[in-house]
Amino acid sequence: MNSALSIAQQQQLRRMLENGLALTSRPYQVFAEQINSTEQAVIEHVQGLEEQGFFRRFGIVVKHRALGINANVMLVMDIEDERVHQVGEALGEAPGVNLCYRRPRRPDWPYNLFCMVHGRDRQAVEAHVIELLQQHNLQQRPHHLLFSTRAFKQRGGRYNQTGTI
Amino acid sequence: MDDLCLRMLDRFQHDLPICAAPYQAMADELGCTEDDILQRLTLLNQRKALSRVGPVFEHSRAGASTLVALAVPEARIEEVAAQINAFDEVNHNYLREHNWNLWFVLTGPSREHLDQTLEKIEQLTGLTPLDLPMLTAYQIDLGFALGKNSQVPT
Repeated sequence: MNSALSIAQQQQLRRMLENGLALTSRPYQVFAEQINSTEQAVIEHVQGLEEQGFFRRFGIVVKHRALGINANVMLVMDIEDERVHQVGEALGEAPGVNLCYRRPRRPDWPYNLFCMVHGRDRQAVEAHVIELLQQHNLQQRPHHLLFSTRAFKQRGGRYNQTGTI
Repeated sequence: MDDLCLRMLDRFQHDLPICAAPYQAMADELGCTEDDILQRLTLLNQRKALSRVGPVFEHSRAGASTLVALAVPEARIEEVAAQINAFDEVNHNYLREHNWNLWFVLTGPSREHLDQTLEKIEQLTGLTPLDLPMLTAYQIDLGFALGKNSQVPT
C-alpha cells in the first residue's frame, strides 16, 4: 500500500497496534517516536489500513470475563447448504450473538454454522440459545451447545511472524 | 463501573476515530473531559478488564486463521493445553464440553504457515487436529453490549 513508512516501520507499527494505543493524549505520537516517523504519517497509515478493511473493528477491546460475562457457549448447527446463508445472516443479526460463522463439515464433525453467545451465567445463556433456536425454527436441526469451562489463553491474534501487510 | 464507563464501553468498542487525540474525541462525543476517559480506561486496565485500545484485525485480510479442536484425554488436559498455549500462533484457547474438548484459534501470515503449525501440533501432542477455517462471516463484530441497552443475556 502507498505509505510514507518503510516496510520495516510498517511491520513495527503493526506489532505495536496489536498491543494497543498508549493511554495518553497523543498515542500516535508515541508510536511515531518508536519508529522514527511523524504522528501524521502514522495516523495516515493506520487510516489507510482501516479503509482497506484490515480491521474488523477499532476501539476498546475488553476482557469480558473480568467484566462479569462469565458464560460463553459455542452453538454449532448442521444447516442445509441451500439455506445456511439465510440462517447465518438472520442469526448474525440476532441479539446476544457475538459471532456467526460458516465453517466446513468434516468426516467426524457434522456442523457447519457456528455462533458465539456470551452472558452473565450459564443458565441465562442456555435459555437465550433455546429462544434463538425457537425463533428461527431451528430446534429440529442437529445442534450442540459447547460451553467453555476454562480459558487457557485469551488475547488478540499475532499475524506478523514473518509476513507483512 | 459508573454510567460514563458503561456508555464509553457501549459506544467505543467500535468506530473509535483514528485521529491525533482519540481520547479527546471520545470525551467530546460523551460530553466529558479527556481525563475522565483516561481515568476510566486506566481503572479498567488495573482491574484486568481492558485488553487494549486499538484494532481487532480482520483475519482474512491480515493473514490466515482457523479454528482448531483437539480431542484430549481427560488426564492430559493440563499438559496439552500448556503445549498449545506455548505456540505464538495460538489465541483464545478454551476447554469446552464435548469430545472435541480443546478449542483454539490459530493465526499466522499465511495458510501454509498454519498447515505447518497444525503438523507440529499433531507431532507434539500425538492428536489429530480438527481444522475448521472460516468460510463466511455473517456478523459485524461490535464488541460486547454492557450498558442499559445491553443485549447480553443476564
